[in-house]
Amino acid sequence: MRRLLLVVVCVVGLAAPALALSPGEMLADSALEARARALSKTLRCMVCQNQSIDDSDAPLAHDLRVLVRERLQAGDSDAQVRDFLVARYGEFVLLEPRLRPGTALLWAVPILVLVLGGTAVFFGFKRRQASIPVDLSPEEKRRLAELSGGSSDLTKV
Amino acid sequence: MIPELAHFALVLACALALVRTVVALWGAARDDDALMAVAEPAALVECLFVALAFAGLVTLYVTSDFSVTNVFVNSHSAMALIYKVTGVWGNHEGSMLLWVLVLAVCSALVALLGGNLPPRLRARVLGVEGAVAAAFLLFILATSNPFLRLDPPPAEGQDLNPILQDIGLAIHPPLLYLGYVGCSVSFAFAVAALIEGKIDAAWARWVRPWTLGAWIFLTLGIAMGSYWAYYELGWGGFWFWDPVENASLMPWLATTALLHSALVMEKRDALKVWTVLLAILAFSLSLLGTFLVRSGVLTSVHTFANDPARGVFILAIFAIFVGGAFVLFALRAPALKPGGLFAPISREGALVLNNLLLTAACATMFTGTLFPLALEAVTGDKISVGAPFFDRTVGPLLLCTVAVMPIGPLLAWKRGDLKGAAERLAFAAAIAVVVGGVSLYLVRGGPLIAAIGLLIALYAIAGALTEFADRIALFRSPFVEMWTRVRGLPRAAFGVLFAHLGIAVTLLGIVSEVGWSEEKIVSLKIGDRVEIAGYDIALAGVSQRDGPNYRELVGRMEVRRAGATVAVLEPAKRLYEARNQPTTEAAIETFGFGQLYASLGEPGGDSIVARVYWKPLVTLIWLGAVVMAFGGALSLSDRRLRVGAPRRARRAVPMPAE
Repeated sequence: MRRLLLVVVCVVGLAAPALALSPGEMLADSALEARARALSKTLRCMVCQNQSIDDSDAPLAHDLRVLVRERLQAGDSDAQVRDFLVARYGEFVLLEPRLRPGTALLWAVPILVLVLGGTAVFFGFKRRQASIPVDLSPEEKRRLAELSGGSSDLTKV
Repeated sequence: MIPELAHFALVLACALALVRTVVALWGAARDDDALMAVAEPAALVECLFVALAFAGLVTLYVTSDFSVTNVFVNSHSAMALIYKVTGVWGNHEGSMLLWVLVLAVCSALVALLGGNLPPRLRARVLGVEGAVAAAFLLFILATSNPFLRLDPPPAEGQDLNPILQDIGLAIHPPLLYLGYVGCSVSFAFAVAALIEGKIDAAWARWVRPWTLGAWIFLTLGIAMGSYWAYYELGWGGFWFWDPVENASLMPWLATTALLHSALVMEKRDALKVWTVLLAILAFSLSLLGTFLVRSGVLTSVHTFANDPARGVFILAIFAIFVGGAFVLFALRAPALKPGGLFAPISREGALVLNNLLLTAACATMFTGTLFPLALEAVTGDKISVGAPFFDRTVGPLLLCTVAVMPIGPLLAWKRGDLKGAAERLAFAAAIAVVVGGVSLYLVRGGPLIAAIGLLIALYAIAGALTEFADRIALFRSPFVEMWTRVRGLPRAAFGVLFAHLGIAVTLLGIVSEVGWSEEKIVSLKIGDRVEIAGYDIALAGVSQRDGPNYRELVGRMEVRRAGATVAVLEPAKRLYEARNQPTTEAAIETFGFGQLYASLGEPGGDSIVARVYWKPLVTLIWLGAVVMAFGGALSLSDRRLRVGAPRRARRAVPMPAE
C-alpha cells in the first residue's frame, strides 16, 4: 500500500488532471444515477472539443456532473435540469440542439433531402415513362411493313 | 543540405504540375498529340520529385535534425524509430506533403495504367489531376513549408503529441489519404468528361476501379481510426461523431453512393448526370475532410482566423476546384443525354433508393458538422451539435439503408419482381426473427433501438446469403452443378456478397456494443475484486515503469473465469515528460468476438479508480470493415475491370452528347 502511495506521489503529483465520472460522484440511488448518466451524455463539456461531461476529464465537467446530480436529487426533472444549465451556460451546453427557429433548418435537412430527392426521382420516372414511345412512328411502321411483306398487325406493340 | 534539396525538389514538382496542367489541357483542346504526350512523363517525373522531398523529410526526422523547425516541434531524439518516421505526417505540414505524395503516385498510376483510355480523355484527366497537385504544392510552398530552418538549432525537440505516439498513426492517416486522394481521380475523370462533353458506359467502367480503390482505403482507414480512438482514448467508445470523424465518413458515404450509381451507368447507361455529380461531390467532401482536420476551423472560427494566410489559401483552393467543377457541371450537365430506361421496381430503382438514403445521411452529417459554424458566423449564436443529434438522425437513415440493402441484388435490371424478391427475403427475415428472438431472450432484452438494429443486421446477413444461395442454386441442384455455378460466378458477385456481409457484420458489432455493453466504474484497493459479465477481476498490484520517453503507473489485474486465470490486464496511466502530458493506456483482452476493456483513472489515497467494460461482439465492428474491404478487393480484381471493352478502339470514341 505504501508503494502505491509512493507511485501516486511520483507520477500523478506532477500533473493531476481530474477524471471522467468517478465512483465518488455517483449517487447511491441507482435509478437516479442512471438518469444522471443518460443526461450527462447529452451535455457538453464546454471547455473540451467534442466531449460530453460524462466522458471528459476536465474539472469543469466534474463540476457539472456534480451539479446535475444535485439538481436531480433536489427533485428536478430532466427537462428542468437542462433548462437550468441552458439558463446558466447557454444553448452551447446541449449536444443535441433544441428545435427552435434558429435550428429548424438543421433538423429539417434529413427530411428535406428525402422528400425533395424522392420527388425528383418520382418526376424523373414520370417524365421518362412519358418519353417512351408507345407506338412506332409512321415511318417505322412503313419500314416494318416493307420488311415483313405487308403484314401490318406486326406493327402493334 | 537535405532540407534545401528537398525544398527545391518540391518547387520543381510544382513547376512540373503546372506545366502538365497547361500543356495537357491545351493539347487536348487542340487535339495535338505531341502536346498531350507531355502529360505522362511530367506526371512520372513529378512523382519522383515529390517522393524525393518526402524521403528528405523522413531522413530529417529519423536523424532528429532539430535545425528544421518542423522536426523540432514534432519530434524528440528519445522516441522509438517508428514514431520518428510516423511523426512526419503527425503534423500539418508533413501530412500535407504525404497528401501530395499520394496524389503524385495516383497521377503516375493513371499515366502508367491509362494506356487503354482515349488519348484526349487521358490528357484531360492528367491535366486536371495536375491542377489539383499544383494547387496543393503551392499551398505547401507558400504557407506550410516543412523544410524551414531554425537558427540556432535547439538541442532537443519538443516531442510528438503523446496520443499520436502509437502504431495507429503509422496506418490510419496514410490509408485515409489513399482514400481521399483516390477520390481525386474520379473527380478528374468527371471534370475531364464534362470538358469533353461526352460521357458513356465506358467512362463509368474506367472510373469504377479508382472509386473502388478509394472506397477500400477509406473503409480501412475509417475502421483503423475508430479502433485507434477506441483503445487510445480510454473510455471505450468507438465512434464519437467528432467533426474530424464525420469529415472522413462523408466521403465514404459519397463514394459508396458513387460506386452504386456508376454500376447503373456502366450496365444500363443511366444516371449519368447524377454519377458525375457524385464524383465531384465525393472529392469535394474529401477536400473538406482534409481541410477541416488541418485548418482548425472546426474548433472555432477564431483558430481559423489566427492564420489568415492558410485560411485564405484553403478557401481559394476550395472555391476554384469545387466551385469550378460545379459551374462546369451546370454548363454541361443539361447536354448529357439520359440513357437506359427502367421501371421504379428494378435493380436500378433499388440503387436509386440506396443513393437517396446515402445522400440524405451524408447531407445530414454535412449540415450537422458545419451548422454550428454557420450559425455562429451569421447570428453569433453558439450551439453544439454532437453525438445525440447524429444518433437520432443519421443513425435511422443508415439503418434504413442496410434494411433495403438485400433487396437490390434480388431484383432484375430494367424491371424487377418485388413480390418474388420479397418471397425470397421472407426466409431471411424469418431466420433473423428466430435468431434475434433467441438472442434477445438469452440476454434478457435490451434497448429497443438496439433490438431493431440487431434484427436488421441479422436479416441483412441472411439476405446477402440468400442472394448468393440463389445464384448457385443451393439445395435445388446436385453438388457438382452448384460447384460449377460457384466457379462460374464473376469475382464481382463475390465482391457484392462480402461487401454487403461486411456492412451487416459491422452493424451487428455496433448494436451489440451500444445495447449490451457492461460497465463498472469502481475504486479499487490492492486485492479488491470487481465482477463483470462473469469475469472476476482482481487488482493484484500497482507499479511504476519507465519507457523511453515516458513514465507510467501500471495496474496489474488478474482476470478469472470459473476459478481459472484467463488473462492479465495491465492498464496504465502514462506521463510523457517532454510535454508533461498524461495519457491513458487501456488494457484489452479479446474473448471470442467480445472484449474485456480496462483503463485506470485517478489514484486517490490507497485506492485507484478503474473503469472496466465488457463489450460483446465489439470486434465485429472492425472485422466487418475488413470484410467489406475484402469484398471491394475481390470486385476490383474482377476480369471485367481489367480487360475487355475499354481496350477496343471503337469504344475509345464515345458517342458525343448532343
